[in-house]
Amino acid sequence: MKPILEVNALTKSFKTFKAVDNLSFTIQHGEVYGFLGQNGAGKSTTMRMLLGLIFPDSGTISINGYEFNNGRRHLLKSIGAIIERPDMYGYLSGWDNLKIFATLSDSKITKDRLYEVLEIVGLKGREKDKFKAYSQGMKQRLGIAIAMAHNPDLLILDEPTNGLDPQGIAEIRALIVSLSRDHGKTILVSSHLLHEVEQMATSMLIIHKGKKVSDGRLSDLMNPDETLIEVNIRPNNDLAQLLSGSVWGQLTVSQTEEQIVLKMNPKIVPELNRWLVDNRIDVLSISSRHSFEAYFLNITNDTTTANRAI
Amino acid sequence: MIQLLRIELYKIFKRPRTYISFGIVTAITFVIQLAMLSDGNSFVNFALQGVNEQFDIRGNILNGYLITYIILQSLLIHIPLLVALVAGDSLAGEANSGTLRLLLTKPISRLKLVMAKFISSFIYTVLLIMWLAGVALVLSLVLFGKGDMINLKSDAFVMILQDDIMWRYGAAFLFAVLAMTTIAALSILLSAFADNAIGPVISTMGVVVVLTIMSNLELPIFNVIKPYLFTTHIIGWKGFFDDPVPYAAITRSVVVLVLYTVGFLGTTVLYFNKKDIKS
Repeated sequence: MKPILEVNALTKSFKTFKAVDNLSFTIQHGEVYGFLGQNGAGKSTTMRMLLGLIFPDSGTISINGYEFNNGRRHLLKSIGAIIERPDMYGYLSGWDNLKIFATLSDSKITKDRLYEVLEIVGLKGREKDKFKAYSQGMKQRLGIAIAMAHNPDLLILDEPTNGLDPQGIAEIRALIVSLSRDHGKTILVSSHLLHEVEQMATSMLIIHKGKKVSDGRLSDLMNPDETLIEVNIRPNNDLAQLLSGSVWGQLTVSQTEEQIVLKMNPKIVPELNRWLVDNRIDVLSISSRHSFEAYFLNITNDTTTANRAI
Repeated sequence: MIQLLRIELYKIFKRPRTYISFGIVTAITFVIQLAMLSDGNSFVNFALQGVNEQFDIRGNILNGYLITYIILQSLLIHIPLLVALVAGDSLAGEANSGTLRLLLTKPISRLKLVMAKFISSFIYTVLLIMWLAGVALVLSLVLFGKGDMINLKSDAFVMILQDDIMWRYGAAFLFAVLAMTTIAALSILLSAFADNAIGPVISTMGVVVVLTIMSNLELPIFNVIKPYLFTTHIIGWKGFFDDPVPYAAITRSVVVLVLYTVGFLGTTVLYFNKKDIKS
């Protein structure tokens, strides 16, 4: 099966500033593809080029095997998008906005389908309210409803959690995961928030200063030896001394009387646990998390970028 | 295209500020009509003081046709601003509010979007002129009655019999639609260059004011370019109230205005088709 999106050597400059530099990547059907980079890294410019809002200086974009420039209008029918904020007509109702933009995607779209997408994004019952009266979260959800109303294969969502409160962020995140899992959508989602993308994406593209610095499945990107293991214990005054005299001391990132954080491969957690028990340290809990932040900061660090750029 | 046009018209006429223009036209018309009702005879006597010495003019001089002519002379200076308020907002307003990028992620061509914006601005212009015709002409005839119309010019006066007037107003309003469509096309062009709504409106008025001054100043340097300025021709509607009607001059004005409109629109399409949408 052909990839749903194939980008090859995409480049765009604004005067002397190179916003996107020779960027290539591929997205397969059904993926939630995280697009990560610091503010100003070139994410929005790339997404705008994918949608024909900005014209690339060079490079190609193919959707389902068809080159974008040869059939922009036809190919846009298979894409739904929110770019940055979901700005709409404030003086019109949510329903009017949904109908206007959905009709432009597919003139044969039915009323039932519009109600269906309102149901999916949780806005049914609020569609008659004026758009300007919506909360930021409702605006984002209406934006997603518009993006998916014509049932596109690919959703391009640029910073969909921007400006939302923690509850709104969680709702949108759950919605995106559900769109992929329950509705079979392929989703390209950008963010400058590592934690956000980490929780949604199955694959990841990281760019820095317009250049690709990393690309692949999330599990492959992580070095297992960089996993952070967090151990909560009953307060123990001898902990520091015990650790310093053992092999675990070299792996310790931080420690208090009640907690130790180590950077290590999760496969050796049983050995760690055995050592703690043997040394009469009461273990309350052990949990692990990838040090994605460290990974991201490392590969987007200016001094290493040149060597790591692909 | 029809779908896009329907959407554009829906947006224009759902927006409360669209009706401000109709309100302004109505208000100015009422103010002039009220002023003429209370003190119109003094105005007419003052205007005809030189003429009355040589001619004995009788009948309903202060009639609806004359009042409408006075209203048109006053309002057609302001109508470009009202047209620019909608046409200048058409692309720049969408860019400013962020809806342009959402629109252009939909499978519609930029050419069709510009054409839909232009046609909807044209329809708005037609409705505004029709409203002006209705409020000015119909109400003035109701308030002041009919009569022969005196058209006072700087060096002559023209008497038009009342049975010979209505077609002239019809033609004048049609001409006004064309002139204001040229203004709308200019506004849309300036709108394509801008990402905020107020810039194109002010720029349109700036261009109209500067070129109008150049069109009216009797200086040799301007006389060379005057025939090519669209502002020289947007007042061509007055020709329909001359006797005989200067059809050659009116035709020339129509051709110039059509060429300007096509030129503005073509430039808009060429530029907008290649514009990076960064807003």
